Amino acid sequence: MEEFDWTSIPGALPILADGMLITLEITATAILIGILWGTVLALARLSGNRPLAWLAAAYVNLFRAVPLVMVILWFYLIVPTLLQRWFGVSQSSDIRMISALVAFALFESAYYAEIIRAGVQSVPKGQVDAAFALGMPYHLTMRLVVLPQAFRNMVPLLLTQAIILFQDTSLVYVIGLADFFGAAYKVGDRDGRLVELLLFAGAVYFILCFGASLLVWQLQKKYST
Amino acid sequence: MSMIQIENVSKWYGDFQVLTDCSTHVTEGEVVVVCGPSGSGKSTLIRCVNGLEAIQQGRIVVNGTALADPTTNLSKLRAHVGMVFQNFELFPHMSVTDNLTIAQIKVLGRSTAEALARGLAMLDRVGLKAQASKFPGALSGGQQQRVAIARALAMDPICMLFDEPTSALDPEMVNEVLDVMVELATEGMTMMCVTHEMGFARKVADRVIFMDHGRIVEDASKDDFFGTPRAERAQLFLSKILQH
Repeated sequence: MEEFDWTSIPGALPILADGMLITLEITATAILIGILWGTVLALARLSGNRPLAWLAAAYVNLFRAVPLVMVILWFYLIVPTLLQRWFGVSQSSDIRMISALVAFALFESAYYAEIIRAGVQSVPKGQVDAAFALGMPYHLTMRLVVLPQAFRNMVPLLLTQAIILFQDTSLVYVIGLADFFGAAYKVGDRDGRLVELLLFAGAVYFILCFGASLLVWQLQKKYST
Repeated sequence: MSMIQIENVSKWYGDFQVLTDCSTHVTEGEVVVVCGPSGSGKSTLIRCVNGLEAIQQGRIVVNGTALADPTTNLSKLRAHVGMVFQNFELFPHMSVTDNLTIAQIKVLGRSTAEALARGLAMLDRVGLKAQASKFPGALSGGQQQRVAIARALAMDPICMLFDEPTSALDPEMVNEVLDVMVELATEGMTMMCVTHEMGFARKVADRVIFMDHGRIVEDASKDDFFGTPRAERAQLFLSKILQH
């Protein structure tokens, strides 16, 4: 077996950095929209409103029952067509990014919804009673009393989900988007150093995710006492 | 005038009937103690008074407003009915000060300064002014319950509901909470209290209601109740509870 040659990595760093930027952009957007939309879905599922709860449950179960790769591809095939039809936007590489962002945000919301639902249910019922007894309507009770406590309980789970999401963004390679993994693959392919580049990319993923996991672990220890 | 009117109230959990044809009232300035063995429905009844539990039959009217009336804004009504719970239910993610002011600001629309002044005055009244910046978790059970009473009082309630306010407390902390309640009662606050504290009932109650198996079996003036309760079940209960 020939020896490893890492020389193409320093020169590739700007490209890899651009890739990392895309990875982080997708991750951040999916976390932000995922938590917001996930909260809406969780509250819908917990609401007494039957049709609303059913719709939210259907949404969550649908997205949790299909592979992420397929969702990314679907949105890549559907979103540009819809954008073209509704807004007259032309098909370009930018649309790949938009479709990836939409796919991840909608997919992750389903997972966040379940985490948030469990978090809301972890807040004792007496807290809701106390808020109601002080005259708070439902939305104030949720916003001021239940959700702040729920999110505090959920921090470790939300972060764990974010770490999984960060790794899952590499799946955008199926639509040819150059995220960190995609960039590493392209450079490796170009320079004939695929093994080195992928080992390097793997090491970067490992350091970031393992570091974040340690952080979550620390938080968990802190919150469980 | 009746502050709280409870008329022929029945309630079921599925097939199980927890309240059967309960009727009573609390007039303005009156202190009514509700007692009875556990599972007799007394907590359920008091929770129905501010609509935390729904009833299937009968009518509850608070300060002239019928709870079941579709035009009734339950939140608005509750804002003026103070309630104290067995497990205090202070908001653990907020300081004592925020616990005292949040509903005043968000529900009553008071300014922060106004709410703070009112909240701290009530905190002083229950003897805990020094604890204003602490979090509930740093307080003893008795202190938490006194803060909970102050939080309810800060809303300037027209009446107060107490749902077993001392049941979760260590014995040595019961009195500090009862003292606050006695003071409130002597100042003329309208109160409905679910409690086993018969000493409290003897001291300040105007009437005592005894419940058993979801029914009100005795509804008498304090003197009649402690003198000669008519219901056999109430006599038995009293003899058990007054032994020690």
